Amino acid sequence: MKTAHLIACHECDLIHQLGAVPPGGSARCVRCGAALYRPKRDSINRTLALTLAGLILYIIANTFPFLAFKIGSQIRETTLTTGIFQLYQQGMGPIATLVLLTVVVVPAVHLVSMLYILVPLQSNRMPRYLARVFRMIILLKPWGMLEVFLLGILVSVVKLAKMATIVPGISLFAFLILIFVQAAMTVTLDSHLIWQHIDDHR
Amino acid sequence: MQRAATCPRCGATLHSRKPNSIARTWALVLAAFVFYIPANVLPITHTTSLGAVQSDTIMSGVIYFIHSGSWPVALVIFIASIFVPILKLLILTGLLISVQRRSQWRPVDRTRLYGLTEAIGRWSMLDIYVVTILVALVHLGALANIEAGAGAIFFAAVVVITMLAAENFDPRLIWDGTENSNDGAT
Repeated sequence: MKTAHLIACHECDLIHQLGAVPPGGSARCVRCGAALYRPKRDSINRTLALTLAGLILYIIANTFPFLAFKIGSQIRETTLTTGIFQLYQQGMGPIATLVLLTVVVVPAVHLVSMLYILVPLQSNRMPRYLARVFRMIILLKPWGMLEVFLLGILVSVVKLAKMATIVPGISLFAFLILIFVQAAMTVTLDSHLIWQHIDDHR
Repeated sequence: MQRAATCPRCGATLHSRKPNSIARTWALVLAAFVFYIPANVLPITHTTSLGAVQSDTIMSGVIYFIHSGSWPVALVIFIASIFVPILKLLILTGLLISVQRRSQWRPVDRTRLYGLTEAIGRWSMLDIYVVTILVALVHLGALANIEAGAGAIFFAAVVVITMLAAENFDPRLIWDGTENSNDGAT
């Protein structure tokens, strides 16, 4: 199982011998200070719970009304994807695609693939293609940008506040909680533990 | 040297440094500098309000917020859309030059600067999302209508290209320059 581990710093490539790190503690590179390893408590159960919550919130966020815009008697109700359709219709295909990927597709792929990995691991089985799927999750991570989108909502609301009334929908609240759930997932996930499972099941 | 060595644990192709890191990062950084110009000069939105059309660039959006008194919002947009992309490009340019000259200058701080460019880049997507939301909400025909402008495409390109540039740069190159002359690393 756990032997004296060698670990290379991701930032500067210095090799360290990793001793036991207590849960909640962290190991840092002695040369550049980057984090080497942070063990997490009850990582798989907690991350799985958050992933399930995230999936439910994601579905709500993508189906219910997101924001409504009211001038006098005129009301326009929108969902999360309305803007993407509008951009596409205005001939802004590349932007529509970029927004679709970063706000809709990547978060969905992330949640579903986490579920695919964590459910078998939770009952101590090996998911097929674990290494490939987990590598894809790490690669995709910077391209999911829900929290930036949220800041975009705030700016838009300020911009339009003088012109009209903005009514928040259920999906906006689900979206907001989803951002916190995703952040919590990053905190509870112990990626070294996932890689270790590949070794242990050999 | 063997060409396609793979990790015995996860099967990924091994490389001691990201392949062609310097050349790829330079190419992406230069492309981003070029796109940065139309991104800021061309309008990102066209607003129609009761028949009158108004075109806005990123900067005129910032000025609008200053005049309407919401200077915190003006500051957020200025930082995310104008300051961060150019700062990121300048940092990456500086890092590339320092790595190519095998500079010994403050490697810890240079590594931190790299970490900063990786962390802040995504926030430049802000303006693209604002345009997306405005276009979705303000769609009331002749009364009020907002359409995205050509500048938005160039701006989106700048954001994506700078993110790819940061991903292609290998921060370990910073330390390669320091290792040959002193092996004081513990």
